[in-house]
Amino acid sequence: MKRVVRILGEILLLAACAFYLFPVYMVFVNSFKNRQELYENMLALPGKFTKEYYVTAMEKMRFLKAFSNSLIVTIISIAIIVVLASMTAWMLVRTNDKLSKTLFMIFVATMLIPFQTIMMPLMQVMGWVRNNLHIPMLESLGGLIYMNVGFGASMAVFLYHGFIKSIPVSLEEAATIDGCNKFGVFSKIVFPMLKPTTVTVIILDVIWIWNDYLLPSLVLSGEKLRTIPLSTASFFGQFTIQWNLAMAGLMLTIIPVIIFYLCAQKYIIKGVAAGALK
Amino acid sequence: MKRKSDKAWYALFVLPLVFVFTTVVIIPFFIGIGYSFISWDGMPLNKKTFVGFSNYIQLFSDKNFISSAGHTLLFTVAAVLIINILGLAFALLVTGKLKVRNIARTMLFMPYLIGGLILGYIWQFIFTDVFKSIGETTGLTNIFFSWLLDPKFSLFALIIVATWQMAGYIMIIYITGIQAIPEDVVEAAQVDGANFWQTLFRIKFPLIMPSFTICLFMTLSNCFKIYDVNVSLTKGGPNRATEMLAMNIYNEIFSLNHYGYGQAKAIIFFVVVAVITLIQVSITKKKEVVM
Repeated sequence: MKRVVRILGEILLLAACAFYLFPVYMVFVNSFKNRQELYENMLALPGKFTKEYYVTAMEKMRFLKAFSNSLIVTIISIAIIVVLASMTAWMLVRTNDKLSKTLFMIFVATMLIPFQTIMMPLMQVMGWVRNNLHIPMLESLGGLIYMNVGFGASMAVFLYHGFIKSIPVSLEEAATIDGCNKFGVFSKIVFPMLKPTTVTVIILDVIWIWNDYLLPSLVLSGEKLRTIPLSTASFFGQFTIQWNLAMAGLMLTIIPVIIFYLCAQKYIIKGVAAGALK
Repeated sequence: MKRKSDKAWYALFVLPLVFVFTTVVIIPFFIGIGYSFISWDGMPLNKKTFVGFSNYIQLFSDKNFISSAGHTLLFTVAAVLIINILGLAFALLVTGKLKVRNIARTMLFMPYLIGGLILGYIWQFIFTDVFKSIGETTGLTNIFFSWLLDPKFSLFALIIVATWQMAGYIMIIYITGIQAIPEDVVEAAQVDGANFWQTLFRIKFPLIMPSFTICLFMTLSNCFKIYDVNVSLTKGGPNRATEMLAMNIYNEIFSLNHYGYGQAKAIIFFVVVAVITLIQVSITKKKEVVM
């Protein structure tokens, strides 16, 4: 009886995996087929593996440009979020006064605001800044990075705040007595200790910023500045009928994610779990 | 904060982030409340007219908005239930002694990392051409046809894709809960003669109550705010049958150029999301006392 249940469990789980893999399999096999082959049998393996559609899709999507844009935006946004949020959270925890408590409350409370509620006025504000202060907040990767930092602030401060509360002050005090200033204490003693939370913040923000579509679509419209989701969206707008090209394009966007996942799987799963439980 | 230098350090550490955060989130939020009381088409040169609460009153007679709220509610309830049941089942299976558990865990979580936009495009292909082709070869044309052309089935399609995306994520949270159950408790129950279902319902479920709360409301708020998958899978069609609230707001503002009216919708959207989340916080707090 127990063995039957167990085998049933194995089969169930394998079936779930097959169901999960099926769409990716479909994208994969059809990215190699020509039009006729594709409509003859979509489920079958391709007759031959050709890189033809990948090359075309890469050109049409300006894939390398989009990839490097995505990389720039993701890395710089996250670097700034990690540095500024950890600094802020540390000061807020270690300075126990009304101002700190209020600021922290505001950070947490704004996590309730959905993006749709701010998107239109945000574009107005950034348009105003561009027109009157001549800082290119729109149509620039810098502007997108700035806004990512603003949107990522709350959660990062919240996660760091919770962790810093649990580490004792004594080490920091000892360093202060030894003549370290606040910046030295933070960069040499506190920041290295925050590593677990930093990993969590990085993982959660990579998933968010790399895949973010709505904000970049409002900020960037130029072809040269497109991130991967934007170039995928415009590519699909043009080529919906040519499924083989479209599939090759999709495969191109999935591959980096899968590589990232397989390399950092342990951290990703830990980070996602830690981020949710806080 | 006693000394001057302390204040300077405080400002140096806190101000940069607070400045960015204020300009990106706080100021637009309050300006947004202001916009919801005016009528404006978004053109900088055109006049903004103050209309008081009439934007909010108009909401209640807006058929598209009400039906979109209905779809969102239906979608959210169905998706939250299915995602949680599947996520929990996956979590129980992969924390067992099955041979395929590790590879299964890896695969089931993967879709969460691929963005909603790209998932939507992948499934668009499945639900249109692949389904049609399966239907033609097997003859089961009443199940396998182009789902995205049918209002009811495109809502199912959206639910399936949302499940595909989030069940693995929810599984991870349930796994953390299940692994925190002390083994001796489960063993004690088994020694006392509890069978599989009794152990599950009487021992395990009560002990992972906190995970239930987290997962329920994570999925609730994610599903309620769904946008990316909506755009890439159905674009709200056919005939607005799958236009969720987030998309309705976007279209009202940026496609129809009803900036003031759309912003009023966005404010109401915020209020609903806030209420849902606050209910969550109060329930979580209660659970914490019990534990």
